[in-house]
Amino acid sequence: MTEEILKIKDLHTHFFTDNGEIPAVDGVSLSIKKGEVVGIVGESGCGKSVTSLSIMQLIPSPPGKIVSGTIDFKGENLVHASNKRIKQIRGNEISMIFQEPMTSLDPLFTIGNQIREAIRIHQKVSKKEANQKSVEMLKLVGIPRAEEVMNDYPHQLSGGMRQRVMIAIAMACDPEILIADEPTTALDVTIQAQILDLMKKLNEEKETAVLLITHDLGVVAEICDRVVVMYAGQVVEEGTTREILKDPRHPYSQGLIRSLPKLHEKDQKLYSIPGTVPKPKMGMVGCRFRDRCRFVHERCYQENPELFSLENNRLSRCFLSDDAEGKVVKDAEANIGS
Amino acid sequence: MFAYTMRRLLMLIPVLIGMTLITFSIVHLIPGNPAQVILGETATATAIQDLEESMGLNKPYPVQYTIYITDLLQGDLGTSLRSKSPISSEIWPYIAATFELTIFAMLFAVFIGVNAGIISAWKQNSWFDFLAMLFALIGVSMPVFWLALMEQWIFAQQLDWFPSSGRQNNRDPMEPITYFYVLDSLIHLDFARTITNLKHLVLPSIALGTIPMAIIARMTRSSMLEVMKSDYIRTVRAKGSGQFLVIYKHALKNALIPVLTVIGLQTGVLLGGAILTETIFSWPGIGRYVYEAISYRDYPVIQSGILVIAFIFVMINLIVDLLYKYIDPRIKY
Repeated sequence: MTEEILKIKDLHTHFFTDNGEIPAVDGVSLSIKKGEVVGIVGESGCGKSVTSLSIMQLIPSPPGKIVSGTIDFKGENLVHASNKRIKQIRGNEISMIFQEPMTSLDPLFTIGNQIREAIRIHQKVSKKEANQKSVEMLKLVGIPRAEEVMNDYPHQLSGGMRQRVMIAIAMACDPEILIADEPTTALDVTIQAQILDLMKKLNEEKETAVLLITHDLGVVAEICDRVVVMYAGQVVEEGTTREILKDPRHPYSQGLIRSLPKLHEKDQKLYSIPGTVPKPKMGMVGCRFRDRCRFVHERCYQENPELFSLENNRLSRCFLSDDAEGKVVKDAEANIGS
Repeated sequence: MFAYTMRRLLMLIPVLIGMTLITFSIVHLIPGNPAQVILGETATATAIQDLEESMGLNKPYPVQYTIYITDLLQGDLGTSLRSKSPISSEIWPYIAATFELTIFAMLFAVFIGVNAGIISAWKQNSWFDFLAMLFALIGVSMPVFWLALMEQWIFAQQLDWFPSSGRQNNRDPMEPITYFYVLDSLIHLDFARTITNLKHLVLPSIALGTIPMAIIARMTRSSMLEVMKSDYIRTVRAKGSGQFLVIYKHALKNALIPVLTVIGLQTGVLLGGAILTETIFSWPGIGRYVYEAISYRDYPVIQSGILVIAFIFVMINLIVDLLYKYIDPRIKY
């Protein structure tokens, strides 16, 4: 088993707003091994982006703050690391690409300038060497006419091209982890596939671990080794991609998978999970999914479900996964099946 | 960049023509006979006729306008009625005086205003931010003449740190070359005089620069706050860059466009001649030149003065537009 390079333990990131304290990330734990592709899945506002920004220590503060928990990167807790150390890690050992390629590049500087900057922040190289390396990176991410693109401004490139440039910037210093926050959401489908292929290729060639944040299970199926499902600031299920897609245990994951459109089902209305995500607030008691859950029962209102361990290192935050209630699951599933 | 510059220059032509049309009509918009008004009620009929003859007032308007434009193109701004000398030869020292004052006032305003704005945005809601914005509010609300008088009273009269008026030590005037006195003293290699001339500039520059400074500070702050929230700034941080690079390279350049607009407009306003400030500090600038011409009903000078001020304003706007393009490659015309 390869080593875990990033371990997040019981992370709490809260936002202190005029309307009170909001626990956007409420006790999240997850880990990434070297060279692994891990997906974080969940709908808008479930805390997946905040988790990724917490790793980078890029939570806008105020109002955001990491209240407790540890982010262990190769034995070093990033939550308490010095500013100087964080700057050394960002873009060098852990780098990040964002959802909006259209606005994530500075419009007033050339592509070349922006890649060069990423290299020269971390490496003592001459401008010429940085230039060469930049062109290499652009070629690596599949940009044609790389030398010319170096002198282009972001507005002269298409969305897919810009996202490739973002990846080139992120990969410029050979990071160990690449965090991709919805990297394909703003792109059209054919470009999406190309960008995912590119990330998979870089992951395989350079052994860069990828933490992919997405709401799209299709994307997860394509490239992730392991999936973490998040709901209302918490991890609700974790397991290998195959297991989760084939046999989801948490009712929320089940709902997510049921709401995927299927080719062989003709003229059927697409399934959607009823209700909406509850607004996270302090001191919530009970299961957060209960109001939308088909299997809701009394216990869901009284206790906070823990992450129950299942076979093959799987985890599920549902009382139905509790051994004592295991029978109920089977019964319930049988009911739905009939 | 070249095409943009050419297009922008071509667009100047109609503006300049419009400008000359307006200044041309100033004389003709005087109710009654312009020559009569210029010479006053006691003027004799022959005197009026002579003036009409010499100013060409008895010719048809299109002919007059053609003559006016032809003269302008040859650098002839007309003749002052009061001093009887050509305006083009006597206006330069006034323009130079105003330019010199404006440059120093704007240097003061931009340097302090932009930096105060940046630090306020950087340390939003800190005591510095609070104080800076309080001063900015006071700065824009304060009447300039009051500030000028207070400066004179405190720093010239009470403390005697700076001279209270004039451009140089009038008991020991220097041979002007460019009429930019600081520059002239440097050309003469007379550095003691440079210090004196700079000292003369301090109080009027502060008086004139305070309002632009306050406006620039507020504009910079709000523009910076806007930019600091943007995605590309997050990208720069994610690259691992330090705060200084984030702020002074990426955020400032992006925040600069609205600030530049304000700087351009304010420079134009100051170059138009700040009559109050120039009067209080006995600064012989273009504002005072035109003001005096108005009180003597020296119409050719008023006409030319306004034309020159308008021309300077247009040129400043041109420079600002060219700078936009230099800063932001997305801008198109």
